[in-house]
Amino acid sequence: MNERLSGRLASHSFLALPFALWAALFIVLPLFFVLWTGLTDGAGHFTLEHLSTVLQIEYLRALGLSATLALLSTFICLVLAYPLCLILRERKERRGLLVFMLFLLPLWMNSLLTTMAWQTIMEKHGIINMLLSALELPEVHLINTPAAIVIGMVYNFLPYMVLPLYVSISRIDESIIEAARDLGANHFQTLRRVLLPLSLPGIVSGSTMVFIPALTTFVISALLGGNKVLLVGNIIEQEFTAAYDWQLGSALSMVLMVFIILNILLEAFTDSGEQGRKGRP
Amino acid sequence: MKTIRFLLVLLLCLCLTGCDMLEEDEAEGQNVLYVYSWGDYLDGDMLEKFEEETGIHVVLDEYDTNESMYPRIAEGAEAYDVLCPSDYMINKLIHNDLLQPLDFEKLPYARQYIDEDFFRQCKTFDREGKYTVPYCWGTVGIVYNTRLVDEPVDSWTILWEEKYRDNIIMQDSARDSVMIPLKIMGKFMNTTDEQDLLAARDMLIGQKPLVQAYCVDEIKDKMIAEEAALAVTFSGEALYMIEGNENLAFQFAPREGTNVWIDGWVITKNARHVENAHKFIDFMCRPDVATANFRHLGYSTPNTAVREQVAEELGENAELAFPPKEIYEGQESYRYLGEELDKLYTKIWLQVKVS
Repeated sequence: MNERLSGRLASHSFLALPFALWAALFIVLPLFFVLWTGLTDGAGHFTLEHLSTVLQIEYLRALGLSATLALLSTFICLVLAYPLCLILRERKERRGLLVFMLFLLPLWMNSLLTTMAWQTIMEKHGIINMLLSALELPEVHLINTPAAIVIGMVYNFLPYMVLPLYVSISRIDESIIEAARDLGANHFQTLRRVLLPLSLPGIVSGSTMVFIPALTTFVISALLGGNKVLLVGNIIEQEFTAAYDWQLGSALSMVLMVFIILNILLEAFTDSGEQGRKGRP
Repeated sequence: MKTIRFLLVLLLCLCLTGCDMLEEDEAEGQNVLYVYSWGDYLDGDMLEKFEEETGIHVVLDEYDTNESMYPRIAEGAEAYDVLCPSDYMINKLIHNDLLQPLDFEKLPYARQYIDEDFFRQCKTFDREGKYTVPYCWGTVGIVYNTRLVDEPVDSWTILWEEKYRDNIIMQDSARDSVMIPLKIMGKFMNTTDEQDLLAARDMLIGQKPLVQAYCVDEIKDKMIAEEAALAVTFSGEALYMIEGNENLAFQFAPREGTNVWIDGWVITKNARHVENAHKFIDFMCRPDVATANFRHLGYSTPNTAVREQVAEELGENAELAFPPKEIYEGQESYRYLGEELDKLYTKIWLQVKVS
């Protein structure tokens, strides 16, 4: 691998060297450490003990819950972002840009701050319940429930859905849609037969970019779940800090990585599909 | 060409590690002291004063849990001289041979002003009393809102009452949480009996639907904002909360008994500035310094001189700041229970949290 890497560097340029060094030191090497820690015991002998511990019911439950909440957030993000991107595509003038910026606004603020703001909004005596009780409506119980975590995830990760989706939808050639209309397709049929398939790569990469951080988050679940709803991210954090069991923490991270690799493979698969289609005349 | 580049990379790596070593060597030549303590755990002015008086430069790093401090000491990655861990963590450090005995000859202020009672309490986790100078202490109790709770709060069982559903905040800490059902069942909090611990776990799982949240630092804000009626908390924090909201009150020690925690100064085994470390610890025990730290922190101090100096200005909160002897006498402190039980505690806590 080393030879290939340096060979490629030589044929291209020196400019890639800083990144190659960066990647080797801070991406590849740490990954190797995680694998090493997860697969060895204290004395450095190979063991599958930690991986099999992960299969215990407590961990599987947290994994299942994390996956469910992450999928749910991804789906909600998609449902929110898709119509928006369609509208933005229609009108590319200034107003559209403003709406687009508004959707990206959460990225401008520190995510810890926005999450703490959500905490204040959803609390028992928070803003939502103050409004509700002012209107003499029954109060809602949101904070410290899985619903609160999903709201926090959607808010924080929506921009990651909007960006790739917008790129992919705005790239669709207007004449294709006009052709569909000319041939008698109604709005729904155009959406289903033309827009959706053509924007699939955007949907997949947007979903990946929401699903992965949602699956691994521990800040959002700690703050909005009151530590009552435990996600895998929280367990990993606990294993590395409070429990001081780096082996188990690494094993859990490895299991998460499997999810993430599957996700990336899916993305790569749809991407190459798109390129094939584009290649055709 | 290829090999040259490879060598360059290698050289760069070496430089990176080399710099680190150089820096440490340089520091060794100076008159310095590396202190690793809880976040914001002493008055910054006192640190300056220490530097002025002794000419020792103090490098202060901070941690927020005992558990995040431990690996850095155990791995030996950083060379700290003085630490300020809690009871059971001191026990664990001693157990794993990471501390060195103090030379009390060099600690005249500590001998003169630190209450003998607390040196005795330290022997739960520092059996020979050789390693620790107590710095702060307190109990684990219940802070409650008198507007929302109209019955006397004198038993841990109030945390299991249905009428406070969603109004209870527990500590997000295995040890402090498991201690409560153990005390209700009349067991020792340092029990090593697995059956006791599993029974405690089941009680906590049963309690979970009533619990609003498991928090650490957020408890202060939540109780002051009246988000909950009852919360498990430490006495020093309770003083802060009561000063923030006068509807709050604190029960130091529910009748089943509670934990008395002590944070103390210790010197690491590998300390390279042992002399300076002793000077620092003793400086912290000097009456004026200890008083300044108390004013800054609000945690109870075992320093007898401070108690006399500030008793008047605290007024009715004096008892909150310095709980009387009958409250702490005879209470247990945590002990390190060994690696196996550590794991069991982690597992129990995980089971409670995912239930």
